[in-house]
Amino acid sequence: MAFSFPAFSYIIALIVDAFLIFFSIFHVIAFDELKTDYKNPIDQCNSLNPLVLPEYLLHLFINVLFLLSGEWFSLLINIPLILYHIHRYYTRPVMSGPGLYDPTSIMNADVLTVCQREGWIKLAFYLLSFFLYLYGMIVVLIAA
Amino acid sequence: MSNLPPNPYNSHPVVSQANANSAPIFNHNQQFSQVPMSQLPPGYGGLKDTNSNSPLHGAVSPQNSVVQNVNNYNQSASSSPAFNQPGVMNPSQNTLQSSPIRPQTSLPSNSKPMQFNPLSSSSPRPVTNANPSPTPFPPNYQPQRQINENAPPLVPSSQFNQPMVNGPPSFPSGSMPSQYPASSNVYAAPMVTPPVTSAYGSGSINPPFMPPPALRPRGPPVMTSQPNIPFSGPPSGLRDSPVIPGPPVSGPPSMIRPPMSSQPMGALPPVSGPPLSGPQSLPAQPAVSGPPMPGHLGPPLGQRMGINGPNLPPQPSSLMGPPAAAKPGLINAPSMPPVSVPPLQHYPGQQIPSNQSMNQPGPAVAQNQFGGHNVPPVMPPLGQNMSPAGLNIPQMGQNLPPMGQTVAPIGQQMGPQPSGSAPGAQKTNMQNRYPQMPQSNYNHQSAMQANQYPQQYNTQKMTQQMGQLSVTKQGFDQLWGHHMVDLLTCRQILPEYPEDPPEIRLAHQFADAPNCSPEIFRCTLNRIPETNSLLQKSRLPLGILIHPFKDLNHLPVIQCTTIVRCRSCRTYINPFVYFVDAKRWKCNLCYRVNDLPEEFQYDPVSKSYGDPSRRPEIKSATIEFIAPGEYMLRPPQPAVYLFLFDVSQIARDSGYLQVVCETLKNNLDQLPGDARTQIGFICYDAHVHYYLMSDGLALPKEMTVIDIDVNICYQVVCETLKNNLDQLPGDARTQIGFICYDAHVHYYLMSDGLALPKEMTVIDIDGGRITVFQTCLPNIGPGALQPREDPNARSSKDVAHLNPATDFYKRLALDCSGAQVAVDLFLLNSQYSDLATLSGMSKFSAGSVYHIPLFKAARAHQSEHLTRIFTRYLTRKIGFEAVMRVRCTRGIAIHTFHGNFFVRSTDLLSLPNVSPDAGFGMQLTIEESLSDLQQVCFQAALLYTSSKGERRIRVHTLALPLATNLTEVLHAADQQCIIGLVSKMAVDRCVSASLSEAREALSNVAVDALSAHRLAQNLPPGARAAALLAPHALRLLPLHLLALLKRRAFRAGTSTRLDDRVADMCALKCLPLQQLVRLVYPDLYPLHQLRDHVPRHAEQEEETPPDPPRLHLSAERVNSTGAYLLDDGECMIVYVGHAVSPAFLSDMFGVAAFSQLPDEARSIPRVDSEGNTLLHAFIDKLNDDRPYASEIIMLRDNSPSKTLFTDRLVDDRVESAFSYYEFLQHVKTQVK
Repeated sequence: MAFSFPAFSYIIALIVDAFLIFFSIFHVIAFDELKTDYKNPIDQCNSLNPLVLPEYLLHLFINVLFLLSGEWFSLLINIPLILYHIHRYYTRPVMSGPGLYDPTSIMNADVLTVCQREGWIKLAFYLLSFFLYLYGMIVVLIAA
Repeated sequence: MSNLPPNPYNSHPVVSQANANSAPIFNHNQQFSQVPMSQLPPGYGGLKDTNSNSPLHGAVSPQNSVVQNVNNYNQSASSSPAFNQPGVMNPSQNTLQSSPIRPQTSLPSNSKPMQFNPLSSSSPRPVTNANPSPTPFPPNYQPQRQINENAPPLVPSSQFNQPMVNGPPSFPSGSMPSQYPASSNVYAAPMVTPPVTSAYGSGSINPPFMPPPALRPRGPPVMTSQPNIPFSGPPSGLRDSPVIPGPPVSGPPSMIRPPMSSQPMGALPPVSGPPLSGPQSLPAQPAVSGPPMPGHLGPPLGQRMGINGPNLPPQPSSLMGPPAAAKPGLINAPSMPPVSVPPLQHYPGQQIPSNQSMNQPGPAVAQNQFGGHNVPPVMPPLGQNMSPAGLNIPQMGQNLPPMGQTVAPIGQQMGPQPSGSAPGAQKTNMQNRYPQMPQSNYNHQSAMQANQYPQQYNTQKMTQQMGQLSVTKQGFDQLWGHHMVDLLTCRQILPEYPEDPPEIRLAHQFADAPNCSPEIFRCTLNRIPETNSLLQKSRLPLGILIHPFKDLNHLPVIQCTTIVRCRSCRTYINPFVYFVDAKRWKCNLCYRVNDLPEEFQYDPVSKSYGDPSRRPEIKSATIEFIAPGEYMLRPPQPAVYLFLFDVSQIARDSGYLQVVCETLKNNLDQLPGDARTQIGFICYDAHVHYYLMSDGLALPKEMTVIDIDVNICYQVVCETLKNNLDQLPGDARTQIGFICYDAHVHYYLMSDGLALPKEMTVIDIDGGRITVFQTCLPNIGPGALQPREDPNARSSKDVAHLNPATDFYKRLALDCSGAQVAVDLFLLNSQYSDLATLSGMSKFSAGSVYHIPLFKAARAHQSEHLTRIFTRYLTRKIGFEAVMRVRCTRGIAIHTFHGNFFVRSTDLLSLPNVSPDAGFGMQLTIEESLSDLQQVCFQAALLYTSSKGERRIRVHTLALPLATNLTEVLHAADQQCIIGLVSKMAVDRCVSASLSEAREALSNVAVDALSAHRLAQNLPPGARAAALLAPHALRLLPLHLLALLKRRAFRAGTSTRLDDRVADMCALKCLPLQQLVRLVYPDLYPLHQLRDHVPRHAEQEEETPPDPPRLHLSAERVNSTGAYLLDDGECMIVYVGHAVSPAFLSDMFGVAAFSQLPDEARSIPRVDSEGNTLLHAFIDKLNDDRPYASEIIMLRDNSPSKTLFTDRLVDDRVESAFSYYEFLQHVKTQVK
């Protein structure tokens, strides 16, 4: 049972994934609050926008680790999400700061639904991938 | 956000924050105690509403006071003395644009609010506007347009017995009866000398304007004697194919016809077939009455024909031909009763003119064949409009009693009862399908219909043309309310006079409840589909348009200690709530049962207890409350105005400043506000200049800030705003004049971004309004922009740069919005100024955008135009720190908002300022099935601070019935409202996707609606109809959509400056519906007929303004011997044809010959002649209902600038866009 780079990647991925899960939970809650009028969209966007890039970068980071360690399967699973993130950020509304969410358009029912659904799907994805990474880590450790 | 006002709608009010001084604010006892209390009934008194325009003075009981400013109120005998003070009443003062916020009278100083300003009595600033001449609304503004005329809030019991009619019918009640009946007589006359319409009817589609003389005289007689002609259209190839099984019909039409015409009976096997072959198909029929078509059987046809023959020999003969011919085309045609053709005619008025108009071979053939009969010219092969035939069925019975009997069995199953005897018979159709519906409901509906339709001129004209046709036939169609119109054959689809929106017919229980005026609140569908799937099937957009702060003349205002609201959803009590008993009411939005406070039992009018339904809240769907302290987070803010003038070189060249400052000086006294009003001025170019006006200075002191640092600017604005308007030293006008003069001295280069970002920091102290005058692209400072427009791409198919280039202005707007500041933009640019970006600062701060391209003050008409706009802008009432919440019945949710505002939560709009010229739109979605409900309600509540520092809530409630099937939905659509909503949606689509997508979506609206209608008709999938049928309620949709596609905002292929396009989009987004529709499809009036259309009332010798009919916007309708006026709300174009008679010219314009008319004039000369007087009266009348008078342009038909006029003829084909008929064909190919 030796400690290899792939194992290291998985361990890091597990930790990072835990953060991502928190991010998406926060995301889901934030949009729920928006929908139920608990929060002002300006405030909500101000709190959400700074988190968007860190989330994307963290996710990208673990995939770089997978790439370097040759964990192709895990990488493959994540590639669609990376592409989606790139697309999402590329088509964001015109805004000067970082982030995705524009307080003037976020209350549009379509946007709101899309964002909410996105949050749930991402949460599910991160949860599943958490177990996948766990499994991967064990496999790698055992194999080594 | 902490700096936003508290959500006043929360169930846990911010009581703790309600400031201590709020109580005195609304204690009007001392203020208004001019009437000795002894005169008043105990416990109650009318309260003089400082803002109201009807000066009714009274005292207030602290407990429960009702402010009332309905001026017809004093007529009631039972009104309390408080309302009958002759000395105070001044009816003439009601007229102007007065509104609750803009009183017309100067109040005695002791009636001013004293709480905030101890100096008020000595204040030089008048609190009220004794609105003098320069009012945007001429005096006669109110009489007909007022809302709630018949639903005065506090109707005494004596008046109370009269049933209240819903909003729409009610307000015309005053004006219409007098107007329309009279005009119907007037219109009869034109028919004799061929009127415009008849002339068109006889013309061919794209033909010389006048019909061949031979045809003309014929028209009317033919119609009267042979009313059934409506079928016109090219002989379709289809009819040659003998599809039909029925023996008589199978032959080629040519063969069949002759025998028929010669001997009607012989041609057809008499009565052989089983009479009821039809029934199988019939049940499938839509309620509309189109039954027979689907039937596919020869026998019934034969039978019917046989029967008819004897009764109406001439008719069947002529008529039968067509049906027979048509049958092959339409598979089902055989079932179509030949007889039906004649009378009934769906929507008669429109069809008649059309029959002659078709220049297809059809008519000619028919003529030859039918030679002996008088029908000929008209008998086009039925193929095209066969489908409408169904409509006729009911009539058959009338003309042909025997037949009626025959068909009777069919009728029972399929619907329209052929036995025309009793109107009640008509119900069968619907009853069969909807047995659950109470019969009374139908009676009610029919009654309403009957009221409504007789007013339509088409119908009337038809009646006249048709001569002896029995009124009952017409009645049948009206009864249904489900007319269909064949768009392809209907030449005159535009109603000659604007129509009322479709009536809202609530269920029995609320049939008499006053609904919100359609000018304020409108829904695209006047019957809400029960389920989302039904809505999807109808493929119509569901949404509401609202004009919440419209100037109203009769607005009940109420002050009471507790505003009655639902405890769970916070809905305000309204006319549509259900009283469980005298102590409890059931909310009509969430259905919670609430307790009624004790004071609500008290009826202030009859001064009795016990009947809560007499309260003004229940009597009026639009009402205003004076809010108690818990609706405030802070003391009501004073009116604060900050003006920002661009003084760059370009601005100086345009010379706008002189105009604006002159206007400002003249209207300074009319600025809404009280003694606390503040005003400030900043000029900016590359630097910021501001002015200190204080006691010690004879002239304002100018300070220039060279450093564009935020902090310094902050101080600047703070100091600037210290200028309390009332405390300005000396003559404020001199000072402002000086500023204006001084501003001219500076000339540098532009920049906008620098001056703006600061005020928001500034005004966040108390909110207010910033007015920005911009003449060029801001190019320095944080908001600097780059020119983006490519002048060579102005006419390209797709337009780029409709999106903002930066979010700087949006963030600025959001900051302003948070600070309760609105930014209004006047863009007077002479070059590209990136309005798409700049408008962001108004869009999200609930401001308004005014765009006058290529402004040069030297052009008198432009400076006058700016003066008019700016005067209106300055003097219109204003509401500060407003929020608007729209609540819907559970199950309906708001999907998207349109307009200028910031959406703060799913149903709450933040409006730092609200103006009477702002309209809003909301798209709705149906989230749950509504099938167990009786009606759906919408309530918009606008909470604002008036310029007098009062917190007020204006509540509008709209209730709509539900529709259970597709036909009902389609026939209850409100086409104008749909146009309003889809134009807003299309603007969004332009920005989010692309112009071409938006255009496609727009034309799909028509395709979708007509497809849905086809679906509703239940045609077999393969059936191809030659006609393009539209429900009567949607018949104008394609016309208006086409006009919309040719609007500056959406047109492609025509060179359009980007700023103009964006400005047009901004206008479409936030104009109130009435103006929007006029902008989209301008009104065209024949001026040469003015004299024929002067309504004269028997009792009234005084001449009223002429009321000519509207014309289609087509060159076809424009004659060189006439003069026309095209009115789009922004400008009125008078267009004079070259062949117009000199007598007319001298009478109208005071010139002797056509050549003496100027190429382009900007005003109409005033001459002392009857025609000229009429013309001016007419123009004044048109100007009545708009915020400011329109520009006038007078053109000759050979002026170089005549394209101004011809470009607006949107029915016609232009290089890059369809004509109306091409558009219809295009739609038709896509309708599935």
